[in-house]
Amino acid sequence: MNKIYLDHSATTPLKSQVLEAMLPYFSNSFGNPSSAHGFGQEALNVLAKARAEVAGILNAQREEEIIFTSGGTESDNMALKGVAYARKNEGRHIITTQIEHHAILSVCEQLEKEGFSITFVAPQKDGCVSAQSVINAIRPDTILVSVMHANNETGALEPVEEIANVLEQKNILRQNSALPQIYIHTDAVQSAGKITLDVQKLKVNMLSLSAHKFYGPKGIGVLYVKSGTKIIPLMQGGHQERNIRPGTENIPSIVGLSAALKLCVQNMQTESLRLAQLRDRLENGVLSNIKKAYVNANKCPRLGNVTSISFEAIEAEALLVMLDMAGIAVSTGSACASGSQDASHVLRAMGVDPALARGTVRFSLGAQNTQEQIEYVLKTLPEFVAKLRAMSPMWKS
Amino acid sequence: MKKVLVAMSGGVDSSVAAMLLKEQGYEVVGATMRLWHANDDKKRPGGCCSIEDISDAKRVCNVLNIAHYVFNFESEFKKFVVDNFVKEYFCARTPNPCIICNQKMKFEIFLQRAIAMGFDYIATGHYANVEHAQHLRLKKSTDKTKDQSYALFRLDERKLERILFPLGELSKKEVRQIAQNANLPVAQKPDSQEICFIDNNDYGTFLKNYDPLTKIEKGDILDKNGKKLGVHKGLAYYTVGQRSGLGLSTPEPRYVLSINSENNTLVVGKKEDTYSKVCFVKDVSWVNAKPENNFIADVKIRYLHTAARAQVKSKENNCAQIIFCEPQMAITPGQSAVFYYGEYVLGGGVIVKNNENM
Repeated sequence: MNKIYLDHSATTPLKSQVLEAMLPYFSNSFGNPSSAHGFGQEALNVLAKARAEVAGILNAQREEEIIFTSGGTESDNMALKGVAYARKNEGRHIITTQIEHHAILSVCEQLEKEGFSITFVAPQKDGCVSAQSVINAIRPDTILVSVMHANNETGALEPVEEIANVLEQKNILRQNSALPQIYIHTDAVQSAGKITLDVQKLKVNMLSLSAHKFYGPKGIGVLYVKSGTKIIPLMQGGHQERNIRPGTENIPSIVGLSAALKLCVQNMQTESLRLAQLRDRLENGVLSNIKKAYVNANKCPRLGNVTSISFEAIEAEALLVMLDMAGIAVSTGSACASGSQDASHVLRAMGVDPALARGTVRFSLGAQNTQEQIEYVLKTLPEFVAKLRAMSPMWKS
Repeated sequence: MKKVLVAMSGGVDSSVAAMLLKEQGYEVVGATMRLWHANDDKKRPGGCCSIEDISDAKRVCNVLNIAHYVFNFESEFKKFVVDNFVKEYFCARTPNPCIICNQKMKFEIFLQRAIAMGFDYIATGHYANVEHAQHLRLKKSTDKTKDQSYALFRLDERKLERILFPLGELSKKEVRQIAQNANLPVAQKPDSQEICFIDNNDYGTFLKNYDPLTKIEKGDILDKNGKKLGVHKGLAYYTVGQRSGLGLSTPEPRYVLSINSENNTLVVGKKEDTYSKVCFVKDVSWVNAKPENNFIADVKIRYLHTAARAQVKSKENNCAQIIFCEPQMAITPGQSAVFYYGEYVLGGGVIVKNNENM
């Protein structure tokens, strides 16, 4: 049997149509959009077209609100540091959550060292952050709120729109009392291409996404920056991307990002339904065949393609190895450079018992997955869990 | 095809071990245990368990075309190895954490996981041999200068059935040559030194930082007759047999004879006073069946000690008395005494304080 890839939250394969769309821009049409000649003009047109396409899909008001970056991590860094540095004289308080990706958490820790004050709001037990707890954390010197759109480990959808609506009201009052406006940023890396993202409906100032999570190339992402948002560049150089992100534009990848996003949005309805059905089959199959297994965040609205399952009395990293050797690729949390990490900060923040957190596997489904594959996983998994439990001092059957 | 999980540290020994097993036709998978310091801000270049070591192991596996995984055993390592190390020091003993690490981490936790995952064997880059005769016996390595059987004395037959030591018949020089010939990226990597979780071999700073609540108190340095000769900086900084760092101005050099946590004193004496013929060990374990209660063996009392002939008398509760033919220098509580019969490891135990009543 071919290998079964169930780690689409980590990355996805490039779609063949995306590759085709990118190919002309490596060598045939290779110009620098900043060049004055015809080669440059051609590249500039391609860039403008891709930008317009992405702006349209995200329902941005203006095309120039789309800033191309090197990916989710850069977008998150740019959003937080760019705004914090630009507005440090207005206020130095930032609100985020304990379940963000490290591209947010580590940046916040760095800003803390630089004199900013950060509130890390805890999620509820179900994996959702309550909008009210974010609102309660607001202080007179708050300048920015950053709450992820969908969690990368559990798939839990966070109430970004609800928070943004309250902030809109608060900002009117704050303007009257001469308090700084509160911006809102959302890391939508996991939800882009899977659920509709409408920046005007979400009422966010900034939104991060990354192409390789939706069948586009790696190393390219977007930071949506609403017009009028005060932000300073983190790098100095040329005038590209509204002076916010200098450097010659990565045209092939930008084309790939826009093509991939377009494809995902076109198929979104049918594909998300298909994946949700497969995911539910997987979840139900696991729960009915394996004792003492628990789905995380299942009381919370979730992405349809992800499930995080905790197995009592096993070490997930051992299960991962066994599954990998059987040709099934899963993850124990977010992908990490060394391939192994402490019990997930997301599950700990949700109050999951640390031993149970260490027994947690994330299955994230995508385009290639079939019913047949899910049935194979369901056939394979119980035996592996039983083997590991047989050796576990913690297992009492 | 038999499946082997090789414990790979990212060093040259375990890398060559994996390579040799693959050549011998095993189905080989590599795994690196992440044990320490991985969350530390100040990443130690080349330190044990650093990200560099993990990527070295991955690079080697990539060259060998085998899978590689990382196991996070930080909490187990802290609990079984580091906490124990600190406790032993504060009890005025000189522990050998490598022995505990082998016993608990490699040959218990790692081994159990490998078996649960369906592997037939685990392998390490230790220089030691397993003799497959009627019984499985643990033997010194062929290259006596590198022999690591001392640190493996807690193994027993049941475990030896599941363990491969592919380097047992090779010398370190040969292992480096093999690595170089095969272009393994770690062929020139220096050997690991000292205790992996302590920076710069600075025990004092480590102990102080590890648990700031623990007091390291100054106390008296006494001679054998109880006469005060000076002041020590805290017992945890000393080990039996130690000569330098005492800060005494006696005409002849003085050596630590005993460390007494009861009254926080250090007793020192002349070099000849550090020699003794008798010591006691506890927690004795045997590789094969327990020998008769009273037998002659060569006993090694620290990693770099030359084994010396002694009579081993078994006592109750897994204890034993060891009577050497010749006095041995600095028999140190906390270190392990390992019993050899020629090339074979019989067993061993942990040295308890001299003259302690059993």
